Amino acid sequence: MSERSPPLHGVHEAHGAKFTDFGGWAMPVTFDSIREEHAAVRDHVGRFDVSHMGEIEVAGPDATTLMDRLTTNDVSALSPGDSQYAAITTDEGVMLDDTVVYRLPDGTPAGEAAATIDGMAGADLDAPDGDPAYLFVPNAGHDEETYERWVAHRDEWDLDATIENTTDGWAMLAVQGPEAEAVVTEAVDAGAVADLSRFEATVADVAGVPSWVARTGYTGEDGFEVLSPTSDIEAVWAAFEGVQPCGLGARDTLRTEMGFLLSGQDFDPEGEPRTPYEAGIGFVVKLDTEFVGRDALAAQQEAGVEERFIGVRLLERGVPRGGYAVTDGDLTRVGHLTSGTMSPTLDEPIGLGYLHVDHAEDGAEVAVVVRGDEKRAEVVEPPFLAR
Amino acid sequence: MSFDVPDELRYLESHEWTTDGDVVRVGITDFAQDELGDVVFVELPAEGDEVVAGDAFGVIESIKAVSDLYAPVSGEVVGVNEELFDRPELVNDDPYGDGWMLEVAFEEASGDLLDPDAYADQIA
Repeated sequence: MSERSPPLHGVHEAHGAKFTDFGGWAMPVTFDSIREEHAAVRDHVGRFDVSHMGEIEVAGPDATTLMDRLTTNDVSALSPGDSQYAAITTDEGVMLDDTVVYRLPDGTPAGEAAATIDGMAGADLDAPDGDPAYLFVPNAGHDEETYERWVAHRDEWDLDATIENTTDGWAMLAVQGPEAEAVVTEAVDAGAVADLSRFEATVADVAGVPSWVARTGYTGEDGFEVLSPTSDIEAVWAAFEGVQPCGLGARDTLRTEMGFLLSGQDFDPEGEPRTPYEAGIGFVVKLDTEFVGRDALAAQQEAGVEERFIGVRLLERGVPRGGYAVTDGDLTRVGHLTSGTMSPTLDEPIGLGYLHVDHAEDGAEVAVVVRGDEKRAEVVEPPFLAR
Repeated sequence: MSFDVPDELRYLESHEWTTDGDVVRVGITDFAQDELGDVVFVELPAEGDEVVAGDAFGVIESIKAVSDLYAPVSGEVVGVNEELFDRPELVNDDPYGDGWMLEVAFEEASGDLLDPDAYADQIA
């Protein structure tokens, strides 16, 4: 049973969506078919309701220090309107979650971002004065534990920062695909989004609703993510009428083709404990910053990893899936998969997982064990698609 | 949404159908193909293999899910729709026609076969 429903649940139901439980949220898994939705995003544009993603706002004199110490990336490098991808790690360097950190206009009180950006569409985000402010996006179902982690560390380190879990106040849409810029530009009635670079964000009114619009996404295509107040999200969703609605099924096949990590599946502190180096996102680890897990990660970077995250392509009939063992083709286990599907774009069976570094070179021959049979496969350094 | 439940077939609760006769055809229902979504892989027994009513005889995979296939009848497999190996999407396009899976020399039916009304009630 899902405890939480996205604000657009009724709208999706009326459209005939099928639902699935994801991170405690009842989310649309398909509207039409995964193939159609996937192709719309690769070839044209698609819209996703991703309101299951969490939102936490942090502000105050020590907000930058707190964010920096609890994420692996260099938060001090962000100016208002910038964002960055980062991991949240334990003392041992094990990933609890991955996230995108947005720097809001200075002076935005934590918990008041939605009210603060009202009327700011098109404004210079560097202009306001005040304490630094951030909004970051934990994965579905992680918002409460992440909020508690931030509060506990703030108190332990005696930092001056306010933290609010605003997951219920924000809804989030993703508009993704080569035509996303045109579609989002059309829906925006104040503010400019076309000149945003990748990972830049701004305030824009979408269908009259003051929203935080970022050039970010999880599909490998150009695209935008739009954070709007939950109370107004129906108008924002409707502003993209005519754009193919897409569910979590297509979101998963799109990200799998790109080799993007799925929190809780490709890494998980309990079931699949992995460091950012093992998971192939060492680029978000800035060892010259101070953060929880830094020393363990510095040691691992020095020593090297034993297993690392790679892709595999099956060379025989079959479909690789998370949990399947990977062998050297001669019954010796060399790793396992954490994700897998039939790639809709390539029409090839593809998987993601962790292999011993001796077998993880691009093009290496391995086998995936499908219901007891070794199926020939080759290692592919993700992404599977050139983008 | 309403699903096609042909009158002349019998059904298992697990969404397989069978025809009637000395050699029966077996497949999955319109409801099942819709629930699975895009079918991308089918694993079936070979001609000459025996299937047993109520037991798994193969595997069907969609983009998002892996499911076992259960035999509505017992008997020797005398025909396999090998077209599905290259075009598994036929199960979506035509589950009672080109998407058929096996032909079986009928020996015995499952005791749990449903008539079309009972199956239609189950998926309603």
